[in-house]
Amino acid sequence: MTAALSYRLVIRSLPWLTIGLLSLPVFSGLAGALAPAFGWLPALGGEQLSLAPWRELARVPGLNDMLRLSLVSGLGSAAISLAVVVLFLGSFLQSPVYRRLRRWLAPLLAVPHAAAAIGLAFLLAPSGWVMRILSPWLTGLDYPPDFAFPGDSWGLALILGLVIKEVPFLLLMSLAALVQCRADERMTVARSLGYPPLTAFLKTVMPGLYPLLRLPVYAVIAFATANVEVAMILGPTTPSTLAVAVVGWLHDPDLTTRFMASAGALLQLLATLAALLGWWLMERLVVRLSRGWWQDGRRHCGERGWALVARWAMRLVLGLMLLALAGLALWSVAGYWPFPQSLPWPPTLGNWQNAADGLLSPVAQSLAVALGATLLSLVLVLGSLEAETLRRRPLRPGAQLILYLPLLVPSVAFLFGLVMLQAQLGQQPGLLAVILGHAVFVLPYLFLSLAESYRRLDPRWAQQARSLGAGPWRVFMGVRLPMLLAPILTAAAVGFAVSIGQYLPTLLLGAGRVETLTTEAVSLASGGDRRLTAIHALLQLALPALGFVLALLLPRLLFRRRRGLLLSH
Amino acid sequence: MATLHLDNVQIHQGQQLLLSLDTAIAPGEIVTVMGPSGVGKSTLLAYIAGFLSPAFQASGQVRLDDTRLDTLPAEQRHLGLLFQDPLLFPHLDVEGNLAFGMRRDGRSGERRERIRAALASVGLEAFARRDPATLSGGQKARVALLRVLLSAPRAILLDEPFSKLDAALRDEIRQWVFERVRDHHLPTLMVTHDEADARAAGGRILTLSAA
Amino acid sequence: MRHTRGLLLAAMLAVPGIGQAFELSEWSTVTEAASGQTVYWSAWGGDSRVNGYIDWVAEQVDARHDIELVHVKVGDIAETVSRILAEKSAGNKREGATDLMWINGENFAAMKERDLLYGPWAEQLPNFPLTAPEQNPEVREDFTLPVEGYEAPWGRAQITFYHDSARVAEPPRNMPALLDWARENPGRFTYPKPPSFFGTSFLKQALLGLTDSPEVLYEPVDDADFEAVTAPLWRYLDQLHPHLWREGQDFPAGGPKMRQLMGDGELSLAFTFTPTAPAAGVLDHQLAPSTRSYYLGEGTLGNVHFVAVPFNAQHKAGALVVANFLMSPEAQAHKQDLSVWGDATVLDMSRLSAEQQQRFEPEGRAAASLPPQNAGTLLREPHPSWIEPLESAWRQRYGSQ
Repeated sequence: MTAALSYRLVIRSLPWLTIGLLSLPVFSGLAGALAPAFGWLPALGGEQLSLAPWRELARVPGLNDMLRLSLVSGLGSAAISLAVVVLFLGSFLQSPVYRRLRRWLAPLLAVPHAAAAIGLAFLLAPSGWVMRILSPWLTGLDYPPDFAFPGDSWGLALILGLVIKEVPFLLLMSLAALVQCRADERMTVARSLGYPPLTAFLKTVMPGLYPLLRLPVYAVIAFATANVEVAMILGPTTPSTLAVAVVGWLHDPDLTTRFMASAGALLQLLATLAALLGWWLMERLVVRLSRGWWQDGRRHCGERGWALVARWAMRLVLGLMLLALAGLALWSVAGYWPFPQSLPWPPTLGNWQNAADGLLSPVAQSLAVALGATLLSLVLVLGSLEAETLRRRPLRPGAQLILYLPLLVPSVAFLFGLVMLQAQLGQQPGLLAVILGHAVFVLPYLFLSLAESYRRLDPRWAQQARSLGAGPWRVFMGVRLPMLLAPILTAAAVGFAVSIGQYLPTLLLGAGRVETLTTEAVSLASGGDRRLTAIHALLQLALPALGFVLALLLPRLLFRRRRGLLLSH
Repeated sequence: MATLHLDNVQIHQGQQLLLSLDTAIAPGEIVTVMGPSGVGKSTLLAYIAGFLSPAFQASGQVRLDDTRLDTLPAEQRHLGLLFQDPLLFPHLDVEGNLAFGMRRDGRSGERRERIRAALASVGLEAFARRDPATLSGGQKARVALLRVLLSAPRAILLDEPFSKLDAALRDEIRQWVFERVRDHHLPTLMVTHDEADARAAGGRILTLSAA
Repeated sequence: MRHTRGLLLAAMLAVPGIGQAFELSEWSTVTEAASGQTVYWSAWGGDSRVNGYIDWVAEQVDARHDIELVHVKVGDIAETVSRILAEKSAGNKREGATDLMWINGENFAAMKERDLLYGPWAEQLPNFPLTAPEQNPEVREDFTLPVEGYEAPWGRAQITFYHDSARVAEPPRNMPALLDWARENPGRFTYPKPPSFFGTSFLKQALLGLTDSPEVLYEPVDDADFEAVTAPLWRYLDQLHPHLWREGQDFPAGGPKMRQLMGDGELSLAFTFTPTAPAAGVLDHQLAPSTRSYYLGEGTLGNVHFVAVPFNAQHKAGALVVANFLMSPEAQAHKQDLSVWGDATVLDMSRLSAEQQQRFEPEGRAAASLPPQNAGTLLREPHPSWIEPLESAWRQRYGSQ
């Protein structure tokens, strides 16, 4: 009885703890942005509510362009990524190409956004790798040409940079969803009725798959409209995206700009919400328009053309990512490497040797924070999911929304308020604060990655175990956890990678006392030395990649004689 | 052995009465509940075993002699439940699956000896350390029943237990299962839509019809 | 007298969180209080040379004063200002997480105005007289604002142009020549986007070189006719922009990005605030060995950079001891060494012994890339009130195209 009671107490309280951990920082953080946006910030002499910050914001030259750029790059990159993923899955789901790609997914996900962007920028810039390889024998150039890419005013480079990161993410999210919506059965039935793969996929799998992909897609849109690091590296400057401008205002030495910056942060939140709303409306429209198409019996939709497009788009995405990483690897061993040399010659290990001394502590701290935040999030997520089995229904929509809040609310909008909350609670900056702060961002991704596998587990396993006399703890620890070990480890690896990549929460909540690979990388990147930046970016990538490898290998090792487990995942 | 009583059991879904049942099952007796799919046969078993979904409301009592079961948590009811899938835990070997349901009392050597004997009784003594995924359908079914029996149940609930077996195998396993539950003098409730199951059980047949 | 001070000390010690009772006028009480403290120094972490120098400082103050110095590396000091603001908003008055910060004139003006700095203290540091403030007034003003002891000088910066001599034989030496040069070499020069520090500095440099009445720039902007004074600047930029890198449609984010573009060969002319930075860039394989530096003939903007202590620093005594060490002849000489950092000293050589002076002699490596000694006329920074109007006028004209 006591065991059952402790189980109920613990499991029922974990969802509340989860909701608290997520909503307290986000809401108090937002309040911290809301007040200055309306003129209230006594520390800067703002002791009267007013609309002045908004009027000032409205007068910012090019504000419309900033908004347009944020929306276009956000929605555009999400739409392109989703299209590539859907066309690819549709054309190759039941072919060896798809199985080969699955193996590449995890390492691709491990690449931090900033590293991918820096690599891509080097690849495509006028003095970049592509131009170096083509010069001077083809272009006749001894010095780089002057064209505006990346940083083009259309934001194409920015969209490209976002797409190469989002495609692997959406693919990973599709893996679980495809199993859940029984894609293989749907495909088999449709194909036996004479539908070729892509049409079969679009007409029978998509209607079941998309609802499961919706939240990840929303997360992608929110990230793409509000991200700072990719837009700073690949986006245009006159004007920049709204998020980049807001960070600029927050960093303005003239402290009165902070009021307008807060208004800008809230505008960013509104812009993200508007993007989500726009996407949702498009969803409705597409569903309405395709209803008839699903059942009109037509068997073709330009299969061959689309399959070709999908294959090449996927190759382009993977190729750009790999070349970007290869470029970084070369820079890490480069001495002086002028245009148009295509390879740094002679290569040197000097950069690595110089950097090596200072790397031990950041690596150790990155590991400590990432493991701490991942473990904490894992406990809370498992608790929340276990509570669903206890109540036998999924979390309420409101609670689900809170779970994804940190993904949907741009972090520029609430991080300042978060630091204020930390100071108010008298919480010392340091490792613990950083771990808690990271958990806010790690937890939603962990939940996103794990929820479907957890909910999909046949409830009869638990019923069988309980009818054999096992109490709830034993069912949880002895049946559910081991059976779900593979997806749990994969989700943990995703969370780990998210934590490794965090910059602002680490810096602000740790007051700089927690020095991770990412804080090092970002501060060094501000110095513009590509050699050091490359070294840190590669290490930043190595840690999460290691996590993904472990997540892949551990279950295989532990369950090497348990075919039933390995086949199901 | 005790008698399993179902006293005035009624299960509602919202306002609608799904089924009602009032019977007692003696030790060694096999009662078959039949009815078309969708009539609530599995819901009845879920209620007795303690897994009724909150979408349903139940009234009445489930008793083993004088012990009331419907107020106990599932794991304390000691009702052996057998599904149509053998549901052998894929992360444990055959021995681990059998040990999972056994009481903790006794030395581990004794437990292992009982498992060995149980496996030997069905000719599977060489399979103790095998991955359940490598067993044949018939072997899985036998291990699943052994697991239930070793957990020392006081009654057995069978949920369409043979419907996924090959026709050739079905009859053999059926006879084997019924023999065992009779040998153990366990009151047994089986739900099925297969009349052959009911005939083979040879006991009372209750038919549920759509309310 | 002695008695009351003892009481005061006792009272201060009784307040939780204050273990650092000290009297500025009696330096020994400061070093005593500082001993055993951990000092968190927020400083830009983008340059491995600067980082290496700060590591050396940490070793020194640990050995000399038993102070643990932690370099809090930031990409932008504004991130630290944010934290201090948040602490002030939350009522954290004496347990701030930042003890020492490296700031520029704009940050200083804003923070001092908002009472976010601790002070005055700088002129009481034992090493302060070595700067000979009477002869060198620039150590007492930051962007023309009187420092009043709220920050301590620790280095000098001056706008220095550099070019790749393999591509540019004769670089432009004043603003009009720069325009002609850009016309002949389209796409090979640019400046960072204001309001970044480098971008705004370029605007001020150009304005000083183009206006007929530079003296009004040293008075508050409200006293001047902004439109009339700045008109030559906008005329100039209108002409210059079409010949800039990416035709002036896109600007690098800051000085480091500009150096990267030089290294990549996209630019062949750029500028920096650290006269020795191009030479250091050659040593670090970031710039071509043929890189040369020079000052503009009309003089270039120069300023002193400082360290300050936030109002709520938890380890003020330790921070002051570190600031004092930074001004010591030893630390200044080490900093000026091109193989370490190359940042110019704020000390006046006349106040140093012959032996101390010797340490400041330049070394031979990459010396060809150094600007000629003493050839640069130093222009003082304009009044800080000009910055905001300049930046917002620039944004209005070129910020959105």
